[in-house]
Amino acid sequence: MAMFSQNPLMNGPNYSFNEGPKVNAPEGARQHRFDPYTDNGGSTLAISGADFTIMAGDTRLTSGYSINSRYHPKVFKIGGTTADQHDATLCLSVVGFAADGEALKERLDAICKMYQYRHGKPMSVKACAQRLSTILYQKRFFPYYVYAILGGLDEEGKGAVYSYDPVGSYEREQCRAGGAAASLIMPFLDNQVNFKNQHVPGSGEGHALQERERKPLTRSEVEILVKDVFDGAVERHIEVGDGLQMMVITKNGIEEIFLPLKED
Amino acid sequence: MPGFDFSNYNRNAALHAQGVPLPKATSTGTTIVGCIFEGGVVIAADTRATSGPIVADKNCEKLHYISPNIWCAGAGTAADTEFTTALISSQLELHSLSTGRKPRVVTCMTLLKQHLFRYQGHIGAYLVVAGADSTGVHLFTVHAHGSTDKLPYVTMGSGSLAAMSVFETQWKAKMTQDEAVKLCSEAILAGIFNDLGSGSNVDVAVITPDKTTLKRNYIKPNERTQKLKSYKFARGTTAVLNEKIIRKEDLGNFVSVQEIHVAEPGDKMEVDV
Repeated sequence: MAMFSQNPLMNGPNYSFNEGPKVNAPEGARQHRFDPYTDNGGSTLAISGADFTIMAGDTRLTSGYSINSRYHPKVFKIGGTTADQHDATLCLSVVGFAADGEALKERLDAICKMYQYRHGKPMSVKACAQRLSTILYQKRFFPYYVYAILGGLDEEGKGAVYSYDPVGSYEREQCRAGGAAASLIMPFLDNQVNFKNQHVPGSGEGHALQERERKPLTRSEVEILVKDVFDGAVERHIEVGDGLQMMVITKNGIEEIFLPLKED
Repeated sequence: MPGFDFSNYNRNAALHAQGVPLPKATSTGTTIVGCIFEGGVVIAADTRATSGPIVADKNCEKLHYISPNIWCAGAGTAADTEFTTALISSQLELHSLSTGRKPRVVTCMTLLKQHLFRYQGHIGAYLVVAGADSTGVHLFTVHAHGSTDKLPYVTMGSGSLAAMSVFETQWKAKMTQDEAVKLCSEAILAGIFNDLGSGSNVDVAVITPDKTTLKRNYIKPNERTQKLKSYKFARGTTAVLNEKIIRKEDLGNFVSVQEIHVAEPGDKMEVDV
């Protein structure tokens, strides 16, 4: 590994500017390449409840085998009227390429603010969700390299979570994990939030066995679940760690919680 | 036929040409260090093994036995460090039996570099070799391509820069054993916390001319955090779609059964001591 540590990683992020291989090129021709994307690791998570939504993300920012920051937030309040976002009603989490995440957050925030000034009311999650999809698809052929999740409360006051792919395909869901450890977290969430593969003991034989009834989790249950999920992800994914940032969205506003995670 | 088995080479080359990716080996993307002190040598390692960004083993052993007075810290491809050190350990044991002398560290280092050079870097073993012999105390690094260094303090692996920064600020000549152990473990800690390829615990080995002490999990700075909730399922939660019971008497219908003498409880398995 010493070889790799002194050279740019061959399988990870690399220098932004690369001179490509010169195979099959005419005499004297040089092919140049520009790699504008890097993967900054980390993971995000959103779970909606009956009257709240919790958005969470770790605060580690990585590049290859290095830690660039131990406190770089991935979850942001969106659409408040002041710089401190005290009256915001929506949250956006971004994971993937940190610079694109920052740019996307800034853009969505500006758009939500403009909406507020024009209409005299904050944007609904539904409207903001559709607008975010449009923003992402506008860059279909030079995408924001970001897995975004939007959270808030819907018109009925129920928790709402919208998840996106980098080019704007979106869906409203009960819960979603994004980023580096998404594949580790999502199956656990299916089981613990939507009670997938869980049945009522003794309610039948074989296929007739009753599935466990879905009921929304309480706020304290979700907070505990989120902490346990991230402690688990930290154990098995090298790009997840340092800190856990949680945003709890209720009708009374957005509460921010910070908890420490392992730093190795 | 001795050596590696190449019988799948042509098939794999054809598959690779069709776009089938190479299998991913477990790598000990690692921090390993070594440091000489007055009267001995210390080597240390972290205990994380990774496969890409996934932690494959949270408490693996990267300090390998070569002979009672020679130990080796390994970085790179986990299987290569394991087998290379085992192979050279075996050769060195036979060599010492035939010469009637204790093995020397240079001999070990030479065997390692000749073996690795022969394979032109395809055996991805990056090693720190340390030991005490009749000629004194020695510390070497051996790279996968076969190059070697002889230095008073060394680091290797993906965390080598983090660890070396500790050595370059704190190392001094003529340290005591305790000072060297402290310096080496601090270098490993720097790797654990600043290099994503390294993590979990610190293993240390101290070698002096009269004895070797292996301090497994010398520092454990990353204990698992306790879960806030129990995730135990009620019995019967998992659906059983099909059930079939085969009694012991009917086993003969499926496999050939042969009764054997059951060892008395307390009977120890025969092992080399």
